[in-house]
Amino acid sequence: MSKVDLSVNIGPLKLRNPVMLASGTVGYGTEISEFTDLNTIGAIVTKSLSLKPRKGNPPQRIVETPSGMLNAIGLANVGVEAFIKEKIPFLKNYDVPLICNIAASTIEEYVECTKILTGEETIKAFEINVSCPNVKEGGLQFGNDVKAVGKVTEMVRAVTDKPLIIKLSPNVSYIWEFADAVKKEGGDAVSAINTVVGSAFDIYTKKPKLFNVNGGLSGPAIKPVAIAKVLEISRKVDIPVIGIGGIMNWKDVIEFMIAGASAVQIGTLNFIDPTAAGKMVGELEQYCEQMNIKRISELTASYDIEE
Amino acid sequence: MFVIKSPVTETKQLQENIFLQKIHCPEIASVIKAGQFLNVRVLESTYPLLRRPFSICDVEDDYIYLLFNVMGEGTIILSHKPEGALIDLLGPLGKGFNTEDDYELAVIAAGGLGAAPFPFLTKELKDKKEIKTFVGGRSKSDVITYGMINVSVATDDGSAGYKGTVVDLMRENLQELKSKKIKVFACGPTPMLRAVKEFCVENDFNCEVSTECAMACGFGICQGCPIESANEKDKYLLVCKDGPVFNIKDVML
Repeated sequence: MSKVDLSVNIGPLKLRNPVMLASGTVGYGTEISEFTDLNTIGAIVTKSLSLKPRKGNPPQRIVETPSGMLNAIGLANVGVEAFIKEKIPFLKNYDVPLICNIAASTIEEYVECTKILTGEETIKAFEINVSCPNVKEGGLQFGNDVKAVGKVTEMVRAVTDKPLIIKLSPNVSYIWEFADAVKKEGGDAVSAINTVVGSAFDIYTKKPKLFNVNGGLSGPAIKPVAIAKVLEISRKVDIPVIGIGGIMNWKDVIEFMIAGASAVQIGTLNFIDPTAAGKMVGELEQYCEQMNIKRISELTASYDIEE
Repeated sequence: MFVIKSPVTETKQLQENIFLQKIHCPEIASVIKAGQFLNVRVLESTYPLLRRPFSICDVEDDYIYLLFNVMGEGTIILSHKPEGALIDLLGPLGKGFNTEDDYELAVIAAGGLGAAPFPFLTKELKDKKEIKTFVGGRSKSDVITYGMINVSVATDDGSAGYKGTVVDLMRENLQELKSKKIKVFACGPTPMLRAVKEFCVENDFNCEVSTECAMACGFGICQGCPIESANEKDKYLLVCKDGPVFNIKDVML
């Protein structure tokens, strides 16, 4: 039995440890399970689900940039119906909290998706994606509008009793205002940040490298941005924050927690080392032992900033 | 599938800009099939960040070979790896060539670095089937014939072999190709693969192509490498998981 209590609470959602796998970087769990024992992970967040299947954008969808990558997948997903029929049975084999990420073009679609999925016992919480930069309609337009984010939270809250997390966009001036709207409308937590809008060009053809022109920047390049946004929310709003953005190792997890995160999500790293997230759990425990920390949750917002 | 750090044992410059790297990796060498690939992390750092996909070029006992041209930060670093340096391999990935069909003559068509998967395929086939190989490039320095047998060469500028494309050269040999039951295996730039498809459809030749696309993970989770299905409307397949080898009839090129 470990001397360190690694469990964390994200509002009403209790996780055995703070290491979650981020939406869009683990599909529906099947592939990553070949590399990492899902039973050791804090939680897994599905690829964004929409009411109907989405084909996604034409190639090129991915481009590498310094210490980061741009993606413009376009929310390619199987849709809620196929998810329930074809993907949930596999995930039932594991004792890992399943969080469903939902993306939609309208408030009605967010509500409809949540209504359909909330009856599924395997699903332990929802993460609402109001900040995908890669679809023409919806997504980002919600993410940039405090009132719309408040409205989505309110409407989805009305149809589910399960923990409700809203995934926020960093592409705004004051992210805390969005977190505040989520809290006021009954959301349980926010995750921050989604990808940062970026673009890249081929200097010889003068064409954008991504078919979609813009994409979402992820990876270590955005970590300082994410840390600042997590800190901003943590200092201004009393709501649990799930920190996301360029985590490459256990030290980054600690840093996010110090800045205010209750838990974290590992994203781009899953593409590079699909075994990394699982290994981090043990490393976090070692750090806590070394620092004489009894409960890892003590780290949350433990920053020492001179006022 | 393995995520494994393995030592480079030799890096040979085959020709201008083209390198062949030998790696000691019994785990992968014993299971990988021709046409499959590895996703390689060249440095344990954040730049370059992503792995780079490479076709398996050849396998010899406990050793695997990668063939690449130096074109960016990743391949520059890889080409400078000293003997004994560890590189981080993820694989085997994807679906390889199906060599078991009913045919007598395997026709290999390679354009430029598209030669990469064929030394290993040649090795797998040479005791079972007759092989004829067509290799093309822009000019002599782009033509890679390493590890292949019964080779005819085509260059766009005529600096080596036949002047024209690899598919032009295959057309020149059409009578011979039609005299046997054949299967075509092709890899190269997309315009070449389109020409191969046209040629094979015209002549009703069975054909498999090895495709490529920018990707992040290589095993199906990033969804970064779509290729349009020719059989189902409005559906993408993934190059990394459903391919990289496809029957030419199954994909839009």
